[in-house]
Amino acid sequence: MKKIYFGNLQPKKGTIHIARDRCKGCGFCVEYCPENVLELSAEFNVKGYHPPDVKYEEKCLYCQLCETICPEFAIFVTLKTPGEAEPSLAEVGASGTAGEAHKEGGNR
Amino acid sequence: MKKVKADPKGVLTGAHFLDGDFALAEGALAAGCRFFAGYPITPSTETAERFSERIPTVGGVFIQMEDEIASIAALIGAAWGGQKVMTVTSGPGFSLMMENIGLATMMEVPLVIANVQRGGPSTGLPTLTGQQDMMQVKWGSHGDYEIIALSPDSPQECFDLIIEAFNLSEMFRVPTFVMTDECVGHMHEKVVIPPAEEIEVVERKWYTGPKGKYLPYKNDDDLVPFMIKAGDGYRFHTTGLTHDERGYPMLNAKAQDICVNHLKDKIIKNADKIIKFEEADTDNAEVIVISYGITSRVAVKAVQEAKKAGIKVGTMRLITIWPFPEKRIKELAKKVKAFVVPEINYGQIVLEVERCVAGQAKVIGVRHCGGGVHNPEDILEKIKEAIK
Amino acid sequence: MSEKEKNQEENPMEGFLRMDRIPHIWCSGCGIGTVVTSFVEALKKSELDLDKVAVVSGIGCTGRVAGYIKLDSFHTTHGRAIPFATGLKLANPELKVVVFSGDGDLTGIGGNHFIHAARRNMDLVVICVNNFNYAMTGGQVASTTPQGANASTAPYGNFEFSFSLPNLAEAAGATYVARWTALHLRRVTKSIQEALGKKGFSFIEVITPCVTLYARRNRLGDGLNLLKYYHDNSEIKHGADTRTLDIDYQGKLTVGKFVDKEKPTFLDAMNEHLGKVLGDDYQLYGRLNND
Repeated sequence: MKKIYFGNLQPKKGTIHIARDRCKGCGFCVEYCPENVLELSAEFNVKGYHPPDVKYEEKCLYCQLCETICPEFAIFVTLKTPGEAEPSLAEVGASGTAGEAHKEGGNR
Repeated sequence: MKKVKADPKGVLTGAHFLDGDFALAEGALAAGCRFFAGYPITPSTETAERFSERIPTVGGVFIQMEDEIASIAALIGAAWGGQKVMTVTSGPGFSLMMENIGLATMMEVPLVIANVQRGGPSTGLPTLTGQQDMMQVKWGSHGDYEIIALSPDSPQECFDLIIEAFNLSEMFRVPTFVMTDECVGHMHEKVVIPPAEEIEVVERKWYTGPKGKYLPYKNDDDLVPFMIKAGDGYRFHTTGLTHDERGYPMLNAKAQDICVNHLKDKIIKNADKIIKFEEADTDNAEVIVISYGITSRVAVKAVQEAKKAGIKVGTMRLITIWPFPEKRIKELAKKVKAFVVPEINYGQIVLEVERCVAGQAKVIGVRHCGGGVHNPEDILEKIKEAIK
Repeated sequence: MSEKEKNQEENPMEGFLRMDRIPHIWCSGCGIGTVVTSFVEALKKSELDLDKVAVVSGIGCTGRVAGYIKLDSFHTTHGRAIPFATGLKLANPELKVVVFSGDGDLTGIGGNHFIHAARRNMDLVVICVNNFNYAMTGGQVASTTPQGANASTAPYGNFEFSFSLPNLAEAAGATYVARWTALHLRRVTKSIQEALGKKGFSFIEVITPCVTLYARRNRLGDGLNLLKYYHDNSEIKHGADTRTLDIDYQGKLTVGKFVDKEKPTFLDAMNEHLGKVLGDDYQLYGRLNND
């Protein structure tokens, strides 16, 4: 589904920071990211858990859901400044999906 | 240790005709107590009632909690909120408070609990006297810890000793107990309350250093850590778990060793500053009568009669029961033939005397299971038996 | 940003946590950490003076929260967090006192204190993390375990009836009652924010996954499975009658804000009444006298 941005509105972009060794591999962030930015790593961290890997950082919209839901305080998102932001709107529109974030009673 | 004059607002200067329970309340207010959380229980209820009437007029808070457990939990919270706090209870309520007394010792919180003892065990004799919680006050909660316990023998002493109890509690950051009984609690006598300038009150050992450097359980030279209160920006943590100097849980044998030794040493090594007793005629005595509380007043008659009968008898009235005045009793044990220990229980403090005397003299208890005070004749009989 | 630079940036939670004690002891998939994050978000949004916020916890998994939050925090005895908080608040009425503890601690052993603090409308915010069992000690049955669920002391299934906590809180006199699940991240934050801005006894129940015990004993899967159950079965009904909020085993979860009313707190009532009766003689902690 193609995203439409009105006027000068730009989507926010986020940089994802993961404290890999603090992660306990619960999978909440991977499951509930509305843009499916994360996936569980095939590698183990120091504790033997699979922490998340950032698969599509350019799709991150700085919703900070992963940051809020993580029970280990192991992931957070910082806002990319305009200079850092990924360019092409068209790229995002082509491959992104709206995700499941907007259902009532759900995860917001 | 900072001593100040009592706040005149709480001091009811003058000569009054009060019972022991009321005297406890007046003494606490004079000492600066501004928070009372309690639960009614005979024979201590009068203290709570007096507090409910008096404490709002001096700007303090009275709250009757839903049970004794809530009372003592509220006390510990209020102490961390910076107030001087107290409650009063009797046997069954005292038993309920035990877990949180342990918490108070572990968190090193100053508070005062008055136990107006009655006949036990269980519901026992609610309206009649006893001295049956003397071991429980020391050993009642689980684990190893130390407390301070005082025993007044009159309403006047109830007033004086509870101020002393508040002072000791603040000095040593430890729960302090005033162990009266129904007899002293309900006895009306003259209580002289001096002017506020004549009453010395110890301030809490407040920490005034920089915020990042506060350690809630770091020993000072006198083995007592500095204290702060919630809301001052120190962002401290405290717990009932075995903890380190930062107050953070530290669950291993080494930390346990440090923690328990600290809690015990704080009182044991400062025992000389705490222990008080009254001795009379002990220099050439053959028999010494060791007593405390109301029993010491009954023992006066027995000792008088014994002296008339030509017996060389001395007395030692214990004011501080815990920490136990071991040193003095061990000294006396070398010089006398016997100790007679009357108490209104099956024999509790007599066991401590036996322990200290270690067989060097006879130790004879005079038991009375509760419900009244001794007959002086019973104590006299044991004194006579002692010198045989 | 390079990997190295990325990792040196601080997680915004770190200012609120005692970082020397992180990682915390909660299991993988446990929802308590999530509730803590929601709570911290609420603190940030509430603009309260954080030096005046105190957190009191009891014993249990949720009871460990006090140990991780960097505010004046107290880890007290089992069930007695609420009377402790009562004493703390009354001794220093300027404090905002938050009780953060578990369902067993607050409504099992602490049940008596819970109902009386609610009755008195003590100015406390009580966050009750409900994982339907006594988790820390190995998953025993609690007053909130649904009928039919398994627990270590109900190995044949629980035949007892369980509490509906919002009903209990409202009946006892709470002036703000809400229930959410840990998945309702931002709604939990909003409820806590509302409660922090309000005076009186506020009660927020947050249903949270307990993977190692409740879920394992009942073969409900892991944290993700439980969150999915909350997602599929929770229904928001603000203002619902608290008598209809019972939770059946793996049944519907009615969530929302059920009670939000105004009533004088204990301190308000005390100050007003004693002020009336005693007149100028009554000045709480001598504030008017610059003690």
